[in-house]
Amino acid sequence: MYEKESYQVIGKPLMKVDALAKVKGETVYADDIFLPRMAYCKILRSPHPHARITRIDVGPALARPGVLAAITGRDLPVKFGILPPSQDDEALCQDKVRMVGDPVAAVAALDEETAEAALDHIIVEYEPLPALMTIEQALARPEVKIHAETRNGNIHKQVALEFGDVEAGFAQADHIREDIFYYEGNTHLPLEQHAAVAHYGPDGRLTLWSSTQTPHYLHRALSKVLELPPSRIRVIAAPVGGGFGGKSDPFSHEIVVCKLAMLTGRPVKITLTREEVFYAHRGRHPVLMWVKTGMRNDGSITAMHFRSYLDGGAYSSYGLATTYYTGALQTVTYPIQHYKFEGLRVFTNKPPCGPKRGHGTPQPRFALEVQLDKFAEDLEIDPAELRLRHLMPPNSKTANHLTVTTIGLGECIEKVVQASGFRERRDSLPPGKGLGLACGSYLSGAGVAIYWNDMPHSGVQIKIDRGGGVTVFCGSTDIGQGSDSVLAYLVAEELGIHPRDVVVVTADTDLTPVDLGSYSSRVTLMTGNAALAAVRPLRQMILNAAAEALELPPEALTLANGRVYNLDQPAYGLSFQEAVQRAEAKYGTLGSVGSYTPPPRGGDYKGAGVGPSPNYSYSACVLEVTCDLETGLYTVDKVWLAHDIGKALNPLLVAGQVEGSVYMGLGEAMMEEQVFRRGLHKIPSMLDYKSPTTLEMPEIEIFLVETHDPEGPYGAKEVGQGPLLPVIPALANAVYHATGVRVDSTPITPEKILKGLQARARGRDGRVGPTRLPAVDFPDPVRVPPPQTEVPA
Amino acid sequence: MKQLLTLNVNGERHEVWAAVHKTLLEVLREDLHLTGTKHGCELGECGACSVLIDGVPMLSCLVLPVEVQHSEILTVEGLAHNGQPHPLQTAFAELGAAQCGYCTPAMLLTAKALLDHNPHPEREAIRQALAGTLCRCTGYTKIIAAVELAAQGNPESAHV
Repeated sequence: MYEKESYQVIGKPLMKVDALAKVKGETVYADDIFLPRMAYCKILRSPHPHARITRIDVGPALARPGVLAAITGRDLPVKFGILPPSQDDEALCQDKVRMVGDPVAAVAALDEETAEAALDHIIVEYEPLPALMTIEQALARPEVKIHAETRNGNIHKQVALEFGDVEAGFAQADHIREDIFYYEGNTHLPLEQHAAVAHYGPDGRLTLWSSTQTPHYLHRALSKVLELPPSRIRVIAAPVGGGFGGKSDPFSHEIVVCKLAMLTGRPVKITLTREEVFYAHRGRHPVLMWVKTGMRNDGSITAMHFRSYLDGGAYSSYGLATTYYTGALQTVTYPIQHYKFEGLRVFTNKPPCGPKRGHGTPQPRFALEVQLDKFAEDLEIDPAELRLRHLMPPNSKTANHLTVTTIGLGECIEKVVQASGFRERRDSLPPGKGLGLACGSYLSGAGVAIYWNDMPHSGVQIKIDRGGGVTVFCGSTDIGQGSDSVLAYLVAEELGIHPRDVVVVTADTDLTPVDLGSYSSRVTLMTGNAALAAVRPLRQMILNAAAEALELPPEALTLANGRVYNLDQPAYGLSFQEAVQRAEAKYGTLGSVGSYTPPPRGGDYKGAGVGPSPNYSYSACVLEVTCDLETGLYTVDKVWLAHDIGKALNPLLVAGQVEGSVYMGLGEAMMEEQVFRRGLHKIPSMLDYKSPTTLEMPEIEIFLVETHDPEGPYGAKEVGQGPLLPVIPALANAVYHATGVRVDSTPITPEKILKGLQARARGRDGRVGPTRLPAVDFPDPVRVPPPQTEVPA
Repeated sequence: MKQLLTLNVNGERHEVWAAVHKTLLEVLREDLHLTGTKHGCELGECGACSVLIDGVPMLSCLVLPVEVQHSEILTVEGLAHNGQPHPLQTAFAELGAAQCGYCTPAMLLTAKALLDHNPHPEREAIRQALAGTLCRCTGYTKIIAAVELAAQGNPESAHV
């Protein structure tokens, strides 16, 4: 919807609206808030991965000088969680702890040191329980239930869906492969540690500033646990110092500081230590995958059977959705008529996994794209050709009832293949050098809200002052991706003014209409459409009023360059301010609202809520590596990435998201891993948890493909997450090309490559990766009939 | 136990009573309210708390203020001159080198130390200089480009 022929603001590499504040160090993050009489909170955490709490006494801590309050789970007994069906988070654990780092008690004191020292005086006695650290252990010990609520041992979620008839599909195949892959867990590692400040006013109103990506969902969780009406709670998302999905759950510390503020009558602040951030986690699920795919000799896929086993950690978080996401988007890139998905998520006694950039889709995309590389070799088809021959057509339905509107994947592949010389250079590279190709796709926002409701996903309110100032209110949350700027650009474009004349007020539940939050790459599309819906009536009112003054029909006028003027005689017109005053005289105070609800397009089977989106972005990546065949050490020399952005509202910000995605993808592909030893995080520090520095980052060449999607504002799609997806399999494929070693598990470390090189030197297969699957039976699948529109063959 | 400290920060002399064990990071943020200096680990690992001490980038979470009482301390708040942004600040803003903005103060100060010492660095020198400061948003690409742009002199705005 809403394309224009020419733009004044859209498509320009404009500065972000908050750029100068950020470079001047004036942006106020949650931990930068200091309020008069503010107290400091510290949380006592479990040293055990799994234990019953037999005694807890905060009395001695409370008796310490400077301690203002001390609370336990008895003070906050209501459970919460991000997804309505899995409310298993506790603000402070009441009867048992399920992981090292689980919160058990909290203290507010006059200063941070007093609070920390007081924790040593809280008496907690534990009765240790067996700790389940792996999927296999969780399945083997159903009697050691981590959550009493689970029906079947420690199985949190088990799903089996069959679209079409996979056995019939496999029967049509000329070639069938079965492969097992493992994707290691990793974490967001935002630079900013989570922080929150609560204030309970004399009017009985609670305000919480927090580094959160989802103030609306946090608002709901606070209301539930604190048993206060939402109308008396105000949540303000402070500018977020890095999110990547890690700040999109409601967290125990956010609830705890609110309770302590209510008990003490003082503002209370908490800032997690870096170690606590590692335990707060909610990051990438470790996923073991088995994929069986049938292919004809021409490279078309006849059927796919995909199984994923997710190690969920101690709590649900977004895990129900993650489980489905590991099976949802395999179908949107290449046609798969017959598709079966089986997924399993188990609880283990480790920090909970949740959504990290790409949420549940990088793992299966890694498996799928590496397997395609293996097929290309088996069938002696060029890997680019294999993909180009079999792309989802535009305006089509997938077997699992997802609607593909526009798809620029073919052009993306061509761009990176040509720029990298993939076709010409691949056969002539010396040993140790390799080129790998992979693709991916991601949704521009989840089509279904986290809690079931019929209300809009995003709302925007606009007020125009008679001085010509425009203020836009929206619940969306800028986590650095530039969502505040996107609101300003869209409104400025429509009103013909400069974005600097638009004030953006966001992420404040008292002031701004609801937006569901910065997750699932939904913001540009959803708030963008809501903003256009809000601004267009105002634009028309201004045009109408100016038309009367100029004695011309409104259609003869346009808004641009801060004026309203005649298209034929640009000198004849009014200033924007004059036109606004005419409009206010004609219509009264100028304001409007607009909202956006995604089209209801998914299937109607259970689980169909995960996967639908107004449109899908597409990415293709070629990656070049140089590997030392003696040691397995390698460098990534260059990355070419093309992204179908629909329409780049600001190419500078789009490029920034692509670069950040490539970086984060490389981090997980090359080195990042969140690993544990007897429940203790092995490397809970920024030194030991290796992430890429300037020295590891290769040159990135970016291509933006514009498909002008009818669903996006001015044709836009997402960019925050999709470009990460192809990077990981592209690295695996490049390493294979360079070394002959298939590393079917992430991270792709020199140690694994060396192991494969050594096996090859002994004449054995150079594959490194998992070889067996947990013993678990999946239920008979829910059989889902094909969608009304035919699935492309 | 508290101690009277005299600190020269951004060309201004501050006298502050602070607990002796407080780090420079804590005194800057909590006592002088210069919250532009950030922290990501408070263990000397992430680089987010870098400030310039006599022109040299130092991790303020590992510095005791008593040690730097006779030094010139520069924080991000002192980079602009009479409200006019430093060329590095302009370049970072124009190229989108600050996404979440949390590592930005440290990146700016570290880059300033480099450019003061080596006004026209090669890309490799920029990468080396910034290697101790982590950024999770940008992939460092725009940050390195912004340092190069600033090194070319006052960046002329190419943007609207």
